[in-house]
Amino acid sequence: MEENKQNMQEQNEQEKEPYSLNDDRRVKVLSPNAMVLQRFFRNRLAVLGLIMLLVMFVFSFIGGVISPYREDEQFYRYEDQMKEYVGVVRNNDFRYTAADGQKFDTILQAEFQLAVNNERDSFEYKGTTYEVLEEGEDLYSISADGTMLAIAAKDIVNAEGAEVSFDVKYGALKAYTNEEESFTANGKEYELDEEGNILDGETVLGYVSRFVVSSESADVVPSRVFKEELETVIDNDETEFTFVDEDGVENSYKISYDATTMTWSVKQGRETYVYDSYAKPNKEHWLGTDSNGMDMLTRLMYGGRVSLIIGFIVVIIETVLGVILGGLAGYFGKWVDMLIMRIVDIFYCIPSLPLIIILGAAMDAAKVDPSIRMLYLMLILGFLGWPAIARLVRGQILSLREQEFMTATEACGIRVSRRIFKHLIPNVIPQLIVTCTMSLGSTIIMEATLSFLGMGVKFPFASWGNIITDVNSAYVMTHYWFVWIPAGICLLIAVLGFNFVGDGLRDAFDPKMKR
Amino acid sequence: MRKYIIKRLLLSVMILFCVSFIIYTILRCLPSSYVEHTAIQLSQAPGAKPYEEWLEQLNASYGMDKGILPGYLTWLSGAVRGQFGDSWKYTVPVLEKFNEVIWLSFIMGAIAFILELIIAIPLGVIAATKQYSRTDYAVTAGALVGISLPTFFFATILKLIFSVNLGWFDLYGLVGRDYAKLDAMGRLLDMGNHLVLPIATLVIVSVGSLMRYTRTNMLEVLNADYIRTARAKGLSEKKVIYQHAFRNTLIPLVTIIGGSLPGLFSGALITETLFMIPGIGYTSYEAMRIGDIPFSMFYMTFLAVLTLASNLISDIMYAVVDPRVRIAD
Repeated sequence: MEENKQNMQEQNEQEKEPYSLNDDRRVKVLSPNAMVLQRFFRNRLAVLGLIMLLVMFVFSFIGGVISPYREDEQFYRYEDQMKEYVGVVRNNDFRYTAADGQKFDTILQAEFQLAVNNERDSFEYKGTTYEVLEEGEDLYSISADGTMLAIAAKDIVNAEGAEVSFDVKYGALKAYTNEEESFTANGKEYELDEEGNILDGETVLGYVSRFVVSSESADVVPSRVFKEELETVIDNDETEFTFVDEDGVENSYKISYDATTMTWSVKQGRETYVYDSYAKPNKEHWLGTDSNGMDMLTRLMYGGRVSLIIGFIVVIIETVLGVILGGLAGYFGKWVDMLIMRIVDIFYCIPSLPLIIILGAAMDAAKVDPSIRMLYLMLILGFLGWPAIARLVRGQILSLREQEFMTATEACGIRVSRRIFKHLIPNVIPQLIVTCTMSLGSTIIMEATLSFLGMGVKFPFASWGNIITDVNSAYVMTHYWFVWIPAGICLLIAVLGFNFVGDGLRDAFDPKMKR
Repeated sequence: MRKYIIKRLLLSVMILFCVSFIIYTILRCLPSSYVEHTAIQLSQAPGAKPYEEWLEQLNASYGMDKGILPGYLTWLSGAVRGQFGDSWKYTVPVLEKFNEVIWLSFIMGAIAFILELIIAIPLGVIAATKQYSRTDYAVTAGALVGISLPTFFFATILKLIFSVNLGWFDLYGLVGRDYAKLDAMGRLLDMGNHLVLPIATLVIVSVGSLMRYTRTNMLEVLNADYIRTARAKGLSEKKVIYQHAFRNTLIPLVTIIGGSLPGLFSGALITETLFMIPGIGYTSYEAMRIGDIPFSMFYMTFLAVLTLASNLISDIMYAVVDPRVRIAD
């Protein structure tokens, strides 16, 4: 191994032509720009910032294209809202049905109850003897002097349509308790099927059942089939069941038994179609959804696009105005300089944040369209931001124009505009780039702050700032981290990226930096 | 020197006139929703005058019926005499409301500023003396993170951690629920407790720029020839840095610190609003949102005065601190 290495080295040395001492190739020649780049890439923070920016740009501009959702696509979900539907009572009291033309009042009912409890087969009241005949389980008939007065039963005959006559009721109950399939009443044959339906040939007269189903609200009329289903479910001690009604709509019900009132309360799960707001992060929505049921990740991507574009446009406006005015002031000096610098002073003194808040409030009152509002916002921010750049350019040009190369351009008779834009401005470019990069960061923060306060970019447009606005409600802040933390982190990464890169560029452009 | 100061003062006054005129024009050109809103409300009262009459009367009473220039002159003549009118939102004279809230903002700003100085200057000096070391990277990165943090996001995170999860502080407001029951000391502590998070937010968000400023200037000084001379003389590194370098770094520092002093009065609009601290920032924010022209006008003029004052102070400080700077009369 060792030998191999040595051989390799020797070979390498042989391959390299020995340069003479004054050969240019001995020195690595770098253009100033290459040196700047080299210094820039040696700065770890700057490279990190560049990576952060790249990530954010890819996320915002390509992410929005890849994302399967649109910026303002709203998602819905079915929400089960449990509503009291019906209450069911299993009847444990005797219900009395008086025979046609007879009366069976409450006193008699009480006497009868006593007799049944004491297992007597007759009772007396006011000199009349009433005979109690047990006709089946929980079915008694009461008669006095050979005529039937009433029947007492725990099962209930519910009429379907017209009222069922006493005789039919009696027959049906008797047949039901004794589990017979047919009975005769008034000389007519009736049938009783397994579910307790009383059939007169084909027509259903009514049905026998021990459950009383009462609806909880006036508009609910539980159907016969539903009641039957409910009974079997309650008999089986189930707590949930689904039922398909006549319209073919499937509903789910929850049954809970309340021991003190001995009722089953049946709640219907009504499926309501609602915005899927504040959904937790899941497979479809990686960062959940916001208050309007829009996909958070997609909103973040489009929000980044808006924030970055606004940042760039504002900085471009600032730079163009600042370079032109600063250049003019610096080059011409005298009264031009005086005038422009006083304007700069005035602009410097205008408090920008309060002014934008007031303008925003005015735009709120005038109900300006959100897209036009965004345009105004960029214009205002750009128009308020140029003085800093104008000062920078002017200061640089003031010192540059005294230098020899400017005298040379004058001596060569080069046009004034060419002298400014070809010879002076390029020398200001390094500082300009640094300032612009930094002010991109601060512009994005400014825009986000305004949007956060509800004065900047407005719904339906997304911006990182207005996504975080939801956090103004303390509930959202504590319960739905995914609504505001990701947006804040995006904002931080983008601004930090610009600042790191700006800082790195400043160091890289500075020839005094030893690196 | 005196001539220079007088000249600058006169110039500042001129600029102030222009700025206030621009602000006045902007405010006047806006749809004055407040006046219209009030007029609608007043006209809806039983047996009231119609909306147009109310609008006219209100506009007249606020001096809004005149043209912009006469209106501005009216405002100016009042302002010179210290009469800024009555705030529409707070229905008290603007200056009275201002007097009520400014000191809270000032105290908050002053505490935050002192903390900033304590944190930023030593760290900046250390970062500069150990350039490109791990400490330097940490300080630079930390400063940039502070600058890049959006105030509202950072404040919300602080609230989530310290108010919601740890329960140390209240979410909003200056005073707690049982403030009225406390004695004087307890009240002071209660207020202090409520100011912790806002001040922390202010410090973290603005400490970065001062830190970077210190570092840059310290680096510049450390590259100077007289530092090389001091080292060549065989002075100890400590002496070089703290007696020769740091003292010279103080020149730009003192200038910038002097320049920031007026800013302590400007209030922290965003932070105060987020924490609902009734300082000048929150008060003006509320006033501006409903288009309270007298108060907004006053607040913005006040901010302009502060900016001018801070520029003036830094220029004067620069000449005072650095004996090499001579201002041509």
